[in-house]
Amino acid sequence: MSTTTIVLALGLGLAAGVMSGLFGVGGGILFVPALVALGLGQVEASATSLLAVVPTAAVGTWRQARYGNLRVRPALLIGVASIVGVEIGVQVATSLPEDVLRRLFGVLLLAVATQLAWRARRRPRELP
Amino acid sequence: MRLVLIGLVAGTFSSLFGVGGGIVIVPLLILVAAFGTREATATSLGAIVITALAGVTLYAARGKVDVPYAMLVGLPAMGGALIGSAAQKRISGRALTLAFSALLAAIGVWLIAG
Repeated sequence: MSTTTIVLALGLGLAAGVMSGLFGVGGGILFVPALVALGLGQVEASATSLLAVVPTAAVGTWRQARYGNLRVRPALLIGVASIVGVEIGVQVATSLPEDVLRRLFGVLLLAVATQLAWRARRRPRELP
Repeated sequence: MRLVLIGLVAGTFSSLFGVGGGIVIVPLLILVAAFGTREATATSLGAIVITALAGVTLYAARGKVDVPYAMLVGLPAMGGALIGSAAQKRISGRALTLAFSALLAAIGVWLIAG
């Protein structure tokens, strides 16, 4: 890994974090394209993004628990039930051609972009 | 039962796309399980810790996880997220959100066309 790549990765990570905090989107949706831009394949980008999501979500959970917003039992139930879905997702992701998976992710980004634009449009005008 | 179904859908979505799955969990908790927005966001984050850990484990078993890259991108992102959420109160604006939405759309088009 070259110095340029390391600096670029650190910069993209910082930018992804700032944007996710600013706009309330998850880190993963920004980590994946950043990792693809750094040269990883789509499946490796997904897998690696998930590792970066764990500490971010853990810190977020800890903060939210202190605010009293976390409902522990539903979170555990959803989390444990999700493991079955995770296995399905991994199977599908590793069996799809990489470019199909990349395009599907592109469609997901367009959907999130639309949702954000919709939310911004509906936001009341008193905000500066 | 509803929560189990939400988990199943979110887990598939999460590992397929390498995202936490909050995009799916938060609206489902609000619409299907009558959660308030804050509770939904917080509870979703808690579930995501487990979901993402499961995803990492299953992908790592297939040799797909690149640990150095995850650290290079993930560690500065944690600091960045704190900066971003602190700045949010001061500079939340429609124009900025629309600009970010346009950026996401541009990346989406790049991935679809590329």
